[in-house]
Amino acid sequence: MSDQDAKDAISPSLAAEVLAEFEKDWRKDLRRAVPVKERLKTGRQPMPQRAADERNKDFSEVNQGLSAEEAVAEARRCLDCAKPGCIAGCPVRIDIPSFIKLVEKGEFAAAAAKVREANSLPAVCGRVCPQETQCEEKCHLRKATGVAVGIGNLERFVSDYERREGGAVVPPLAPPTGHRVAVVGAGPSGLTVAGELARLGHKVTIFEALHEAGGVLVYGIPEFRLPKSILVAEVAYLERLGVEFRMNFIVGKTATIDDLRAEGYEAFFIGSGAGLPNFMKIPGENLVGVYSANEYLTRVNLMRAYDFPRYDTPVFPGRRAAVIGGGNVAMDSVRTAKRLGAEQALIIYRRSRTEMPARVEEVHHAEEEGIEFHFLTVPTRYIGDEHGRVKAMECLRMELGEPDASGRRRPVPVAGSEFTTEVDLVVVAIGQSPNPLIPQTTPGLGVGKWGTIDVDWATMATSLPGVYAGGDIARGGATVILAMGDARTAAAAMGRRLKNGSAG
Amino acid sequence: MPRVIRRERLVPNIHLLEVEAPEIARKCQPGQFVIVMPDARGERIPLTIADWDRERGTVVCVFMAVGTTTRKLALLNAGDHVPIFAGPLGLPSDTGRVGTVLCAGGCFGIAAIHPLARAYKAAGNRVVVLVDVKADYLLYWRDKLERIADAFVVSSRDGLYGGTDFVPNHIREVLEREKIDRVVAVGCTYFMSSIAEATRPSGIKTLVSLNPIMVDGTGMCGACRVTVDGRTKFACVDGPDFDGHLVDWAELYARRKSYFDDEIRSLCAWEEERFP
Repeated sequence: MSDQDAKDAISPSLAAEVLAEFEKDWRKDLRRAVPVKERLKTGRQPMPQRAADERNKDFSEVNQGLSAEEAVAEARRCLDCAKPGCIAGCPVRIDIPSFIKLVEKGEFAAAAAKVREANSLPAVCGRVCPQETQCEEKCHLRKATGVAVGIGNLERFVSDYERREGGAVVPPLAPPTGHRVAVVGAGPSGLTVAGELARLGHKVTIFEALHEAGGVLVYGIPEFRLPKSILVAEVAYLERLGVEFRMNFIVGKTATIDDLRAEGYEAFFIGSGAGLPNFMKIPGENLVGVYSANEYLTRVNLMRAYDFPRYDTPVFPGRRAAVIGGGNVAMDSVRTAKRLGAEQALIIYRRSRTEMPARVEEVHHAEEEGIEFHFLTVPTRYIGDEHGRVKAMECLRMELGEPDASGRRRPVPVAGSEFTTEVDLVVVAIGQSPNPLIPQTTPGLGVGKWGTIDVDWATMATSLPGVYAGGDIARGGATVILAMGDARTAAAAMGRRLKNGSAG
Repeated sequence: MPRVIRRERLVPNIHLLEVEAPEIARKCQPGQFVIVMPDARGERIPLTIADWDRERGTVVCVFMAVGTTTRKLALLNAGDHVPIFAGPLGLPSDTGRVGTVLCAGGCFGIAAIHPLARAYKAAGNRVVVLVDVKADYLLYWRDKLERIADAFVVSSRDGLYGGTDFVPNHIREVLEREKIDRVVAVGCTYFMSSIAEATRPSGIKTLVSLNPIMVDGTGMCGACRVTVDGRTKFACVDGPDFDGHLVDWAELYARRKSYFDDEIRSLCAWEEERFP
């Protein structure tokens, strides 16, 4: 366990707030209204979803969301524990029992507002968080019955309700402080920092290199898992808070951090993400038809290649598509390939099913949609035709050996197990490295050995005064919610610094 | 959105685009490029920066109208807006003092060679400019380049400017005439690779400004991978300038042509929509 994961327990002040909510009369009444035995009897409400053989042909959202009745029934399963485990499992520390009990009571708008106190992107997190390894893993109901409360599904329900009802209500803003803050990157961490600091009355500008806000949420995660309309609503909300967006502005190139400081920005948050795709450095990786997952997904999601030629950016459809990797990005890529018409869409993963880092739901959905999984397999080279296009790949079988540093059993090649298989589209989804543009152009910024920006994990402060960083640029490849957790830590420290002059 | 200040046809099919982009104009250096998208449904493409006015805050690119994106750009007029004009991207060219530099520009690259020739000249080099055109009537920016150049050579198939030779022969002639310390080439892939081949025997350092397909232009996607000296580089962040003698040209040709059929489909679809 590293420093960045060590923030495990919830703070005493939050514990006190949670307890105060727990002891309110309406909570007591609600607990008394339905006996625990009754609550334990109800099964988890399944997430309504579109049929697999229908949804794997288009880009509309797979999950349809719980109805109000289903949400209330699901909320009733929550035991409203005196010492809940779920909150500590949440990187942004949502008061989960409080919002769930508001759902049970039918006060959906209040529930949404409760979530928003800690999470500025609830509709996103309700869809893409790996709940099964976070809040839901720590749920006492899971420990008792094996099936956790559907916290993620409920988070999604309340935020969708809020958006349908006209969007989040802008909270009372602190009077303008006159301080200017520059946020680099409109991804999950940047949007979160911007929202937090704008509420404190600071003038926040987000500088985004691409032409749409959202970062990985817009270029990486496909429409069928996270509709773009959700991002549009979140950006509109931030604009109502007074946040300014400067699109197509590449900090490090269009202007450096030092240039922005000279323009009057006093505090900086770098959330520039893991924008540098990794390749395996094997022969044939530059053949036509071999993509990084970043390129493949950017073409389809950001540039709308699924609607080519109405949109101008093309992408190869592929007949037999192989996606290398076992994470969420690999699942997104392979399900995209299927939707673009691939007859066969394969996952090629070097370890076994149990080591796959992807969310359980994504793997499950992929299987339903007809994705083929090839475990313990690794490509060793790609073979091209006379036009330089990939036509086949050579693979090697693996077996699992001793556990490695990550605690997962290390894959070991099986001698003589090489085989060749035909493919006409390959997507390499084996991870990203931090984008080097800002470290390269910011003198004095401390950078670690993998290109990540060094931070003090208690405040997310970098080696430069007033400059903070979080998300993948500091972690080197993590999740949306961990990036948002970093952002909250950074925003709190930045707020203190701006309030106290430069002492903080 | 960035505003178009000027769009004019320089010669048939080659257009100049001047855009209001004060930050880019303040920051850009010779050899850098911008990513441009012509409209909301467009594609992002890289264009080399051909000139700039730091005072007025404008940036000039010159492009050839070939596919959907460039044809859309060619229809822009002063006062129009483009949704994306982002940069300056890529590493600036090394334009230090090396002695005598042969700056070769072909087609749309004639404009792109301009800031390089200017910078080399300012650094105290003798600058020989060679421009390559398919026909005499396609020559543009002659005055602009002649003002900078110590010697000016036109390579054209028509012969009005002397000779009908292809560009490698012109390069060889220049190399015979005088000692060249460095060659810089900007143009289409064929132009740059043929110049690299022409200088390979002499071993004169030959820098080429590569133009692979790009999407974001900031290192995020890796569409622009090129193999240089056996190693994969991203042209957008490691380039666009590379040693022409070390580039895997066959791979670059293949990757440039990745979407050939789709480009035709796109153009047909756009024409049908625009000219029903």
